[in-house]
Amino acid sequence: MEKIGSVPTIKPKGPLWVNAEITYKCPLHCVFCYNPLDYASTFKSELSTEEWLKVFKQSRELGAVQLGISGGEPLMRDDVEIMVSEATQMGYYVNLLTSGIGLTEKRITAFKEGGLGQIQLSFQDSTKELNDFLSSTKTFELKSKVAKLIKEHDYPMVLNVVLHRLNIDHIDQILEMAEAMGADHVELANSQFYAWALKNRSYLMPSAEQLRKAEETTNRFREKIGNKMKLYFIVPDYYADRPKACMNGWGSVFLNVAPDGLALPCHEARMLPDLTFPNVRENDIGWIWNESPAFNAYRGDSWMKEPCKSCDERTTDFGGCRCQAFQLTGDPANADPVCDKSEHHHLITEQVELAQKPQPPAEEIKPIIFYRDDKNSKSLIAEKS
Amino acid sequence: MSESTLIRDKPLSLKKQFRFQWEQAQESYVLLYPEGLIKLPGSSGEIMKLIDGSKSVEMIIAHLEEQFPGVDLKNDVLDFLEHAYGKNWIGTDD
Repeated sequence: MEKIGSVPTIKPKGPLWVNAEITYKCPLHCVFCYNPLDYASTFKSELSTEEWLKVFKQSRELGAVQLGISGGEPLMRDDVEIMVSEATQMGYYVNLLTSGIGLTEKRITAFKEGGLGQIQLSFQDSTKELNDFLSSTKTFELKSKVAKLIKEHDYPMVLNVVLHRLNIDHIDQILEMAEAMGADHVELANSQFYAWALKNRSYLMPSAEQLRKAEETTNRFREKIGNKMKLYFIVPDYYADRPKACMNGWGSVFLNVAPDGLALPCHEARMLPDLTFPNVRENDIGWIWNESPAFNAYRGDSWMKEPCKSCDERTTDFGGCRCQAFQLTGDPANADPVCDKSEHHHLITEQVELAQKPQPPAEEIKPIIFYRDDKNSKSLIAEKS
Repeated sequence: MSESTLIRDKPLSLKKQFRFQWEQAQESYVLLYPEGLIKLPGSSGEIMKLIDGSKSVEMIIAHLEEQFPGVDLKNDVLDFLEHAYGKNWIGTDD
């Protein structure tokens, strides 16, 4: 408690949630991936096990309680077991975010023993053909097996399905599959448009009609199934007129650490210009979170311009997403153009209008869509330099 | 949704996805679950501390009455336990 008359502390609280992107290596090639386009540049500079444990320990000392172990595909590393058990002993609730590829009986047993709290399984679609197309590998059957493994080890079955134009019409099959797998929570999150998904935006943005139908189907299913499965339907923010409260505010609760040790206030911030993000190899988490210029750049509201600056919603949505503002308007300090008070809002509505027009069928898109793979990432890195 | 009530004479335990612990940074007991945190300050934390898989509602009330003699706390404890049960944080395992 603060004493009356004491100098107010400006030290931010938190972080509460640490997301450890332990590798960007991934056997899948999802066209909506939010990993940075130049992810392949991190392959040779991944943090070691010891370095990760140091990150966990320092963050825990600041009060972090939730740890996400994600990627890429985190199971591409063979030290996840150590991370899970060490982090659990530190007092974290540990969440594993995986495509399921590489999750074996042996590994899940070790995770259970180590105290892993939950496994969140991502699924691209319910029909094998489209699933394979969208992730570009033969993984659907494997994932169904993994889902069974998760249930057998007494974990809640948490499914994460990314929806978009090419799979959203299959939502009834997706929901039936979720029910058949015994899912407890299903997050039906429409693709957000960053990184690889932004590259593929015109192919991935659903039409208003598709969204309406999908939401109707979800609601009907919800009524039918009652409480045994919780369903969350998340619409694309392009269809909103107010921005999302991205990360609950910059440097507020969330700390993302990339495979190469870059500390970021969100998954995407690496792309932002004029900021030097600190690296956990060179700085401790306390300094990074509390003192580093990058984590203070968009904290609070002193950085805001109009229309955010005088907007009475600035404390609820924090002006939206800095990365989206940068990607679409070129300036991260602009209002997120999703907001209809933004002078750049037309950049959103124009895309939404485009999405109402008919498009070629999935089969024709398949050869031209931009897959997340090492070759494409490396060519993008070469382009940049 | 059927309104099921809390059974008073069966041992209460925390549901398996939840973890209960003291958090110095929050200066409070907290309940952790997938991707979330619920602060349980003051008496709610003290009540939750007693949920260990062996004590029933009746036993928890008796325990607290012994700890705080002369305080009429029964209804508050019941309210909190009903709330926690309704939220599916706790249950009587069968």
